[in-house]
This record gives sequence, structure tokens and C-alpha cells, in this order.
Amino acid sequence: MVPVSYYLALSAILFALGVVGFLIKRNLITLFMSIELMLNAVNLAFVAFAWQWRSLNGQVFVFFVMVVAAAETAVGLAIIIAVFRTRETLNVDRVNLLKL
Amino acid sequence: MLTVTTFVVVSVIKIVIAIMVLLAAVAYSTWLERKLVGHIQNRWGPKRVGPFGLLQPLADGLKFILKEDLVPPHVYKPLYLAAPILSLSLALTSIALVPIGNWVAVGGIYTPLEITDVNIGLLILLGITSLSVYGVALAGWSSNSKYSLLGGLRATAQMVSYEIALGLSLVGVLIMSGSLNLREIVDMQGGHLVGWIPRWNIFRGQIFAFFIYLAAAFAETNRVPFDLPEAESELVAGYHTEYSSMKFAMFFMAEYANMITVASIATLLFLGGWHGPVFGPWWLVDILPIFWFGLKVFAFIFLYIWVRGTLPRFRYDQLMAFGWKFLFPLAMANVLVTSLIVALQK
Amino acid sequence: MQLVLFFVFGIIAVAAAINLLAQRHPINSALSLIVVMASLAALFLLMGAEFLAAIQVIVYAGAIMVLFVFVIMLLNAGEEERTPGSRVAKRLGYPAVVVLAGVVAWTLLTHNPHPVPVNLSGRFVGSPTAIAQLIFRDFLLPFEVTSVLILIAIMGAVVLASPVGTAAGPGSPEQPPAKREG
Repeated sequence: MVPVSYYLALSAILFALGVVGFLIKRNLITLFMSIELMLNAVNLAFVAFAWQWRSLNGQVFVFFVMVVAAAETAVGLAIIIAVFRTRETLNVDRVNLLKL
Repeated sequence: MLTVTTFVVVSVIKIVIAIMVLLAAVAYSTWLERKLVGHIQNRWGPKRVGPFGLLQPLADGLKFILKEDLVPPHVYKPLYLAAPILSLSLALTSIALVPIGNWVAVGGIYTPLEITDVNIGLLILLGITSLSVYGVALAGWSSNSKYSLLGGLRATAQMVSYEIALGLSLVGVLIMSGSLNLREIVDMQGGHLVGWIPRWNIFRGQIFAFFIYLAAAFAETNRVPFDLPEAESELVAGYHTEYSSMKFAMFFMAEYANMITVASIATLLFLGGWHGPVFGPWWLVDILPIFWFGLKVFAFIFLYIWVRGTLPRFRYDQLMAFGWKFLFPLAMANVLVTSLIVALQK
Repeated sequence: MQLVLFFVFGIIAVAAAINLLAQRHPINSALSLIVVMASLAALFLLMGAEFLAAIQVIVYAGAIMVLFVFVIMLLNAGEEERTPGSRVAKRLGYPAVVVLAGVVAWTLLTHNPHPVPVNLSGRFVGSPTAIAQLIFRDFLLPFEVTSVLILIAIMGAVVLASPVGTAAGPGSPEQPPAKREG
């Protein structure tokens, strides 16, 4: 039997990796993938709690998180394509026209 | 009750038999294709290598093994080498979920005729179909050539678009069966409707879903009339332009294995699986369902090859418009009507 | 047995996530993320969420990541450059992940009052029937709202990704679907 806190610890590690990926990566697409990693870590935590308390509400919430992630990915990638079309680069350090 | 070791041994035997049968089926469907397309085009197919050209797949296999294996210099090596492996392994994995007959008792062991019996078998098959898009996409991109990239992008977009119609066309059957377990779906199609008409799902109102599934399956496996991504007159050879000998053979085998998988799903969900006239002594009663299943899968593959020899191919924008503007609304309408009828009957 | 499987898939997930951060080319990061999602699907299966495991593979690994791979192939932007900002970020970032993960994991492992599941009897399986009953009865409103959300996202993506100032604007019948091939 695997204690639930093991699953939560794994979720924490993945979430931390996602946060750090978001902060240190310079490519827009990789940045976006770190956000997806964070969402996946949260999904794992939800399913772990659903298993602990024997309630399917957690799994339904994961379902909705996946749907929202799909919608957000579609729009985000469309924005990235638009950025690439105008700025010719995917490096976040170069997309700084609005900087003072 | 099976012990763990018995279960493992039986599973290993089933896996070995299933893989061997699947690979033989893949090899001989290439023979069937060449023969049939040849006869449709008013010529003989292969007829020199063995009687009726039956040893042609062996000659082809030997040719692929002995051919020079070129790796072009500017490809992205890791993905270039991984893409055919990914394609072939995903195509071969889906046979694990397909049941081909009733439970049989062999030597005192009572076992189902499939490798695993999962409650969500159909969803896993759809998942494997979704993942097989990666083989095509990575092959097209890693080959570092215009034709491959264009072919890969087009094939990816096409496969992703028709996955929706594929999944939705199966939802009608699922609503009528109430389960995602492939064995249960087939068990619900036993018996007869009226007189001698069997209770297959295709006769119970899912005829439109069957044709939607047919069209979507042709597009998923990149076969005519939806084979623009690999058509010779359009894109040299599409996403597998830069591949030679064994790696190309792996893509080739993956395509035919996908055809067989899709034909198996159609048989299980629409054509009643292994149900058919069963008679005779006990060993015939065990073998006959497998025979009926094989016959229906063969009929489906015959249809595939027949369509390949007959129809012209779609242009790419016609293809995408057909998938999104025709098949998808039709599949949604099928789901709505089916659920309405099932709800009103309760 | 479950512990062994948990560790196998957990280590694969963490290794793939570290690989996502360590790789310079976005395509390798995308493939590592697919490995993370696949191992998470296996972990969902271990916890009895069979429907969610299948949906994770079909939707996340089979559709969302295909979108990512498609955009990477389309834009073909190449490897990440090493700007001064990225070097500082790396030197501060990798220790930060160790600290963050360590603190959160330690808190969870030491302060959990119910370390084992509450109800030990019976099999807990998130079958499609059970989840469907929840979604279409108790959570019907969020379901409909997310449907509208997806519709808005489709329209937004089509508008944002279509080229600026062409003859075929959004809504005209010749507009190809959201994907532009190069």
C-alpha cells in the first residue's frame, strides 16, 4: 500500500520543477510547457486526494482541469504563433517592446 | 482460479501467438493488396514467387533486410531513428486489447481469447490511435526536408481532425451497449433481431455510424482516398521520403497493422465480433468464432483495398473540409439521435 | 507491488521533468513532457482512476502535446540561445527548485494526519459510469460552462493565428481550419 503522502510529495516535486522551469527558461514554448507540467502536478494531487477520501469529486475536478488546459493551450499557442510572426523570435528576453 | 505464474505463462503464450499472427497478417495483407489492386487494374499481381505469388511477402522482407540502409547526413538523428520504432510498436500494441473469441478451456485452463480484458478497452484503443500521430509527426520533422515536413504536417493535421469523427461515431454504439468493455459490447450483439438477421449493431440503427467510422478510419490510417500525405504524385513520399530499407518497412508494417486494428474495432463494434453460426463438436465450437472474426476482418480489409484501387484521392482542403464540416456534424447528429432513441425507450 | 510500480513511474516522471528543463531544443522538452504525462497516466491507474488515465493519454498526451509538437515543427525556431539573463536564471533556478520541492515535500510527509486511505474496504474505481453520473448530474453547470469556454477558445485561436490582412478573413467559407501548414 502506497501512502498518499508519497503521491503528494511527487506532485510537489513536479510542481516545483514546473515553477522553476517557468522562471528560468527563455523559449516561449518551453515556458508554456512548464505551465502544463504544473497543471499535471496539480492533477496528480487531486487524484491522490480523491483516492484518500474515496470521493470521485476529485477526479471530476481533474477532468475539468484538463478541459481548461486544452482551451488555454490552444489560445496560448495561437498567441505564440502571432508573436513569432511579428517579432521573428521566440526568446522572451527579446519580446520586450513595451519595456520602459 | 488462476495463480500468478499460470497467468503469466498463459499471457506470454498468448502474446507470442498474437504477435506472430499479426505479423503474418500484415505480410499477407500486402500480398492481398498487390493481387487485388492488380486485378482491379486488369493485370496479374505477383504470380511468379511461389503459387499465386504467395511467397512474395517473404521476398519483400528479404529485400528490405538486404537493402542498403541510408541515413541522410542532415537529419536529426535521435528522432529520425525513433519515429519508425514508435509507429510500429504502437501499431502492434493495440492487438493486446482485441478479443477474438469466447472463453476457451485449453488443457484445464479457462482463459479469454485476448491478452488483457480491461474495462475501458475501447478508450485505450482510441488512446493508442491518438499516440500514433507522433510517429508521423516526428518522422516528417526530423527528416529535415521540405517534402517530409509538409507531408508530416499534413498527415498530423489530418489524423488529428479525423480522430474526432472516429471517436464520436463509436459513441452511438457505446450508448446502446452501456459499456466500454469490448467483450461486453460483442456479447450484446449475440442472438437474432428478426428471423435470421443477427443482432449486430449495424442492423440495430448504427448504419450511419458505420459509414462515418469507415470514412474516419480511412483517414486515420492514411489510405486512399485520404492518402495525400504519402501520395507519390504529390509529395514524393510524404513523411517517409527519407527513409530506406528496414525503417521504411517499419512504417509500411505499421500502416497495415493499423488497418488490421481498425478493421478489428469495426468488426467488434458494428459487425458482431465473433458471432456467427456455430455447430459441431466441442473443438469446432471453439474454433468457429475465431473463424467468423477472421472472416469479418478479412472482409473489411478487402473493402479497404477495393476502395484503394477504385477511388481517386482528395485534395487537401477538400479532405479537411470533409472531416470538419461533414463528418463531425454528422457524427454529433448520430450521437444525439441515438441517445434520444435510447432515452425514449427506457 | 504497488510501491515498486509507484517508484518506477515516479522516478520516470521526475527524470523526464528534469530533462524538460535541461534540454535546449523545445522538441526534446515536448517529448519529455509526453513521457511525464504517460507516467502520470500510469500513476492514475495505480490510484484507481482508470477513466482519467485513458483521458490523460487521449487528451493531454494525444491532442494537447500534438498541438505543441505541431507548433514547434511549424515555427522551427531552433535551439535556445544563451543570453546573460538565462545564465543568471539557471544559477539561481536549479538550487531554488531543490529548496522549493524539499520544503513542500517535507511539510506534506511529516504533517499528514491521515497517511492511509480512510475507507480500506471495497475497490475504489473511477469507472466511466460513476464519473459520468457525477458530471452530468452534480456538475452539470461547470460542464456546460467549460463547453462554452472551449468554443470561445476555438474562435480565439482561429482569429489570433490567422494571418493579418488577407482576403479570407475569419468567417469566410474559404478559410481553412485553424492549422496553417507551411
